[in-house]
Amino acid sequence: MSQNPTTAATVEVAGAASRRTRRRLLAILGFVATVLLTFLGLLAITFFIGRVIPIDPVLAVVGDRASSEVYEAARVAMGLDQPLPIQFVHYVLNVFSGDLGQSVSTGRSVVEDLSRFFPATLEMATIGIIIGVVLGVPLGVIAASRQGSIIDQIIRVVGLLGYSMPAFWLGLVGLAVFYARLRWVGGPGRLDIFYDGLVQPVTGLLLVDSLLAGEIDIFWNAITHLILPASVLGFFSLAYIARMTRSFMLDQLSQEFVTTARVKGVPERLVIWRHAFNPIRVPLITVIGLSYAGLLEGSVMIETVFSWPGIGNYLTTALLNADMNAVLGSTLVIGAVFIFINKISDVLYRVLDPRAR
Amino acid sequence: MSTRDWLLEDSPHSRLQANAGRAYRVFTALLRNPLSVLGGVIILILVLTALLAPWLAPYSATGQDLANRLAPPSGAHWMGTDELGRDIFSRVIWGSQITLTIVGLVALISAPLGLLLGAVAGYFGGWTDRVLMGITDIFLSMPKLILALAFVAALGPGINNAIIAIAITSWPAYARIARAETLTIRSSEFIAAVQMQGASPFRVIVGHVLPLCTSSMIIRVTLDMAGVILTAAGLGFIGLGAQPPLPEWGAMISRGRTFILDQWWVATMPGFAIIIVSLGFCFLGDGLRDVLDPKSEGK
Repeated sequence: MSQNPTTAATVEVAGAASRRTRRRLLAILGFVATVLLTFLGLLAITFFIGRVIPIDPVLAVVGDRASSEVYEAARVAMGLDQPLPIQFVHYVLNVFSGDLGQSVSTGRSVVEDLSRFFPATLEMATIGIIIGVVLGVPLGVIAASRQGSIIDQIIRVVGLLGYSMPAFWLGLVGLAVFYARLRWVGGPGRLDIFYDGLVQPVTGLLLVDSLLAGEIDIFWNAITHLILPASVLGFFSLAYIARMTRSFMLDQLSQEFVTTARVKGVPERLVIWRHAFNPIRVPLITVIGLSYAGLLEGSVMIETVFSWPGIGNYLTTALLNADMNAVLGSTLVIGAVFIFINKISDVLYRVLDPRAR
Repeated sequence: MSTRDWLLEDSPHSRLQANAGRAYRVFTALLRNPLSVLGGVIILILVLTALLAPWLAPYSATGQDLANRLAPPSGAHWMGTDELGRDIFSRVIWGSQITLTIVGLVALISAPLGLLLGAVAGYFGGWTDRVLMGITDIFLSMPKLILALAFVAALGPGINNAIIAIAITSWPAYARIARAETLTIRSSEFIAAVQMQGASPFRVIVGHVLPLCTSSMIIRVTLDMAGVILTAAGLGFIGLGAQPPLPEWGAMISRGRTFILDQWWVATMPGFAIIIVSLGFCFLGDGLRDVLDPKSEGK
């Protein structure tokens, strides 16, 4: 029996399909491998900071007020009698099993502390990035479409200020103006003192929890407290997002297809928002991802200014108390989230951009 | 022949003349851009202020005057006084020395380190490249400020450790640039000619590759200085950088935190100094990039 040509074609197609799946599988495996390697590198850095740099790592962890029994127990618990590579393996295994050690200042495990403080940071950074995107993208597009106009000049100045203004300083000035003078917003902290502790934490995000509990008063109070720190963070992401949007748009607007569209008589609004804006959506996702990750870092300073009970405040308190486990734990978590967001926006870019596939 | 003609001669007779001519051309091109002139003037003022601080500052940086504490800005105290009655204007002037030291030392440590690592990785390629760039990428994927904080936590607070921590977090960007430049230079014919004359890799890298990386490095370092100033001020603000009574700008803002609601000037004034100096580096860096690297103009 002779070979049926259709079967051959099917085999061919199936072969191509399996080759494509294999290539995709390899790409995914490669991605997972780079993420894991980066995490290992991050762990190596925190290990180096915590165990190699300090002259006495035990003292760094238990503090100088610890008794000699505590000191000895910690020394054995940290496995400091073993060689460094073995210590590192133990460290990695501990981290992967969710053990970051005890915090000296709070007396709880660092993992417990971090899960308690993280939602507050997440809430602030998320509102911040929403402000940055909602204002930054349109402003960047307008600045590019009217080059040299007042809006364009303002975006330039804002962009430069975003590079040269200390976030903690802007937060302090904001408090002095909008809280002390104008009384428009709530002061430091997440809630007024008499609302504190009334809402049962479910997600840890106060805006969500208060709505779930049906406490509209608390919801509004939380907003008045959140709006200033989130706006300060939002300012920095706005500055970055608007500048990048402007530069992407300028690239697009100088392309020939834009000229063609204009010559064809397409209304200017459509030229800008459809022809020029559509292609920049994908690179913008990367920019927004980077900016979001940057806000997590920026929140460290902002939280200190606003006494915001988030991971940044936890980190700075730990730094001043030389609470090394807490410092390394927060560094690790912030670093991991940072790397994760970066890699995710990288993947999104590849999935969404047909040229990068 | 006037000095200008000597500088602009098309066929320079000596290496000195060629270098001087190039520097002169860059300088005149910078002068044509008002913002980079402004940036240059700001940096110049910073340097002069730091050098002349003992003569410029009307009061001592640490001298206390408790009768006159928390006085608002006035003719006698242009920026007011802080909680110990110290003149904030004088402290800002003395603080310029600290800022300039931090900026200078970070640049002196991190730029050559990054340059060397990047050039070595790019020149040798293969496993050297993979390992060095792997380490670089891990550092690059970390948030800078957090990493600096963790390093200072382990090294102990203080201005020297802050400088070391900032330098440790700044070199990876320079290594990336140096590697990219080296890759394009490596395959040029003059490198092959030097290699055939029997030059050692060390001689090729230091004598022939690194000098060509400097212009992109100068641009990047200048642009990064604003970030360095902000990080240093942030460390000072948290209490891990320069320690009191040193008049470091970030630490001064931190002291003013307590009084921000009533005596706003204590925290606000040093912030203006930070913003102006950072802007100066941004302007100058932008101008240098437009002159030295015309490809990326306006980005």
